[in-house]
Amino acid sequence: MKRSLIGILGVSILILAGADWPGFLGAGGRGVATESQPPTQWSSDANVAWKTPLPGRGPSSPIVVDGRVFVTCSAGPNQDRLHVVCLDAQSGTQLWQRQFWATGRTYSHPTSAVAANTPVSDGEAVYAFYSSNDLACVELDGTLRWFRGLTHDYPKAGNDVGMSSSPVIAGDVVVVQIENQGDSFAAGISRQTGETVWRIPRDFRANWSSPAVLPHPSGRVTVILQSPSGLTGVDAADGEQRWHYAADCGTIPTPVVTADGMILCNANGVTMLKPTESDVEVVWQSNRLNPGPASPVYHQDQVYAVNRAGVLSCADAANGETKWQLRLKGTFWASPVLAGSNLFLVNHDGLAQVVKLGESGELLASSEFDGEKILGTPAISGDALYVRSDEHLWKIAAE
Amino acid sequence: MFRILLTSSVLGLTWCQSAFAADAQVESLIQTICQVGPKGAGHVAAVEAQRELSRVDVAHLIDVLTGMRGADKLSRNWLRAAVESIVSRHTQAGGQLPVQELEAFLVDLDNDAHARRLAYELIYSADPTAEARLIPQFINDPSLELRRDAVRLALDEAEQLEKQGLRDKAIVSFRRALNGARDEAQIKSAAESLRRLGQKVDVASHFGFIQQWHIAGPFDNTDTQGFDVAYPPEDKVQLDAVMPGKNGDVSWKHYTTDDEYGLVDLTKALDKHKGAIAYAFTEFVAAEPRQVELRLGCINANKIWLNGKLLTANNVYHAGSYIDQYVTAGQLQKGKNQILLKIAQNEQEEPWAQRWEFQFRVCDEFGTAVLSQDRPLAQTARLFRTPTR
Repeated sequence: MKRSLIGILGVSILILAGADWPGFLGAGGRGVATESQPPTQWSSDANVAWKTPLPGRGPSSPIVVDGRVFVTCSAGPNQDRLHVVCLDAQSGTQLWQRQFWATGRTYSHPTSAVAANTPVSDGEAVYAFYSSNDLACVELDGTLRWFRGLTHDYPKAGNDVGMSSSPVIAGDVVVVQIENQGDSFAAGISRQTGETVWRIPRDFRANWSSPAVLPHPSGRVTVILQSPSGLTGVDAADGEQRWHYAADCGTIPTPVVTADGMILCNANGVTMLKPTESDVEVVWQSNRLNPGPASPVYHQDQVYAVNRAGVLSCADAANGETKWQLRLKGTFWASPVLAGSNLFLVNHDGLAQVVKLGESGELLASSEFDGEKILGTPAISGDALYVRSDEHLWKIAAE
Repeated sequence: MFRILLTSSVLGLTWCQSAFAADAQVESLIQTICQVGPKGAGHVAAVEAQRELSRVDVAHLIDVLTGMRGADKLSRNWLRAAVESIVSRHTQAGGQLPVQELEAFLVDLDNDAHARRLAYELIYSADPTAEARLIPQFINDPSLELRRDAVRLALDEAEQLEKQGLRDKAIVSFRRALNGARDEAQIKSAAESLRRLGQKVDVASHFGFIQQWHIAGPFDNTDTQGFDVAYPPEDKVQLDAVMPGKNGDVSWKHYTTDDEYGLVDLTKALDKHKGAIAYAFTEFVAAEPRQVELRLGCINANKIWLNGKLLTANNVYHAGSYIDQYVTAGQLQKGKNQILLKIAQNEQEEPWAQRWEFQFRVCDEFGTAVLSQDRPLAQTARLFRTPTR
């Protein structure tokens, strides 16, 4: 069972090129690129392959697809200009840019922006989603396939603090999770036509967590939706609920599906769940692993989480027991990502701290991004790290 | 010779037919895209049309821009993307944009305001002198983006005049910028500059914020259950009424805020209450029947009625507060109109969840103030020019 599940997960990843980082937390939503070896240290004159200005703000992450980097931005005094920018990954040259006029609400906390949600790609198109609940499907050559305004459709959908849930690809649909005090729902939107395949009501509470995808050996795909009242598994094909795990869950970090098909849920600290197609069972809970806004990382039977105080914890994935902790500098909105055996953590002040993982955590190096603040989670592709601020996008790679 | 003429005629006819067919086809593609509706309606046909429209020749650029006239927010974005694809392919191949045609499109106020702005941006990409050459004329434009740029230039000019010691000219320029400004930051900037130069500015009237209210409360909103309870003011506003409130009888109190952004702090008007509802009432005198926008900024759950008709209900607590956060259209009748607000506070205990307040204004679709004819403040609506199409 375990082996076949790993096979399914592997196939789902191989739809995209091996070096792609196609959405929030990369392929499979795990924040892991074990084959990559980005530089562990950089400065303005070392290991910065390129740095390019962006046309607008956004805590969304860049994604990498087929040698191209895609990043979303929002601009204008009212943050109502929505950008999708496509750059050549090798050179940083802009290949094309598309803009849209926001149709939904564009208010957000000053630290955030309307381009808060990370786009996702299925290798054919990029699905750019924004806090205004505008969703654009743009093919890799820049041709718009379709555009939806989900607040235009459901006028009470929105949160004036800002929304940030990133979409995921699940089977034939792109899934959006729009949870707020007004029109609160999750929906599966046809990748080909932009039509609504399914839409299900959700809690009337603010939530910023992103969906996660759990493929099954049967070929069915479960979409995992985390909200304050718990974790729900729904069928990607029709939105039917398969299971619900009631718990007080975090509203910002995203659940993670591990390479062997377990779920790391942000409840009571971190809870590891073992799913079947129709239910989940608790494997362990650890309130010492208490992620702040950043999502946890699972790798080689270890779980890593950084809390609001900037303490990085490593726990045994078999039982949740903490093995070591390491205090880092600053607070973290960006989730940690793993390349090779190093964890890259970028704090709000834009200080990147690289931790070598092992029996203990060792701080290898720290580097900055020219003093700019960083909220977006880095992307990893090949031996490069891609990081964006409100003003710039960097490619960190050995020269 | 005859053969050459015949061949030329046939070729010419074929070219004309082809061009005509292309025009008709582009029009059809635009129409198909404009059929896109809410919730994915019309998408199947529109996806195919979009693919084709994105590949038409730049000769059809103005057609696609013109197609935005009457398009809704959704299809306007589809057409914008087609414009960008057409332009991108054309310019990457070394082609020049039809700047003269775009300028003619830009100055034609019958065209869609967003499309005109896009046309300007295309012109600017080909000719950076376009800003100084074209933008100043748009200081009262229905395109708020063009207007904002024009106001920015006017503010820049005024600041330069002030630096040069040309005070009187600077005042004229700042006043011109203020009169054109609909953007909050620009209004604030112009007002501060004018005050620095010793001028009086009525910011509240510029926005159309209502500063005089009758307030009643608290009514019960324990467990946020009062939002849909119709307390007496929802049935009838009687300013001398005594009504059962949450903690005993309540009555209407006249309340004036001196905040120039119209902020009414209900914890000052009624004291601090949790799980409570306040009603705010005002009469608005209109010179003639007209459509207006009622714009509310409020961090609490709220409802707005105009002349007894519920226009909007927003059951949202402590998720930010901004000027013009909730916008709803309403029809004023000639003479007195009754505006009633319901502002609901919940019982959250966090420090950031204690605010109980609102700011409210009446304006047109461009954000130009519409003032009650009995407004006691010394400003009049004649300052404000409504954009014309």
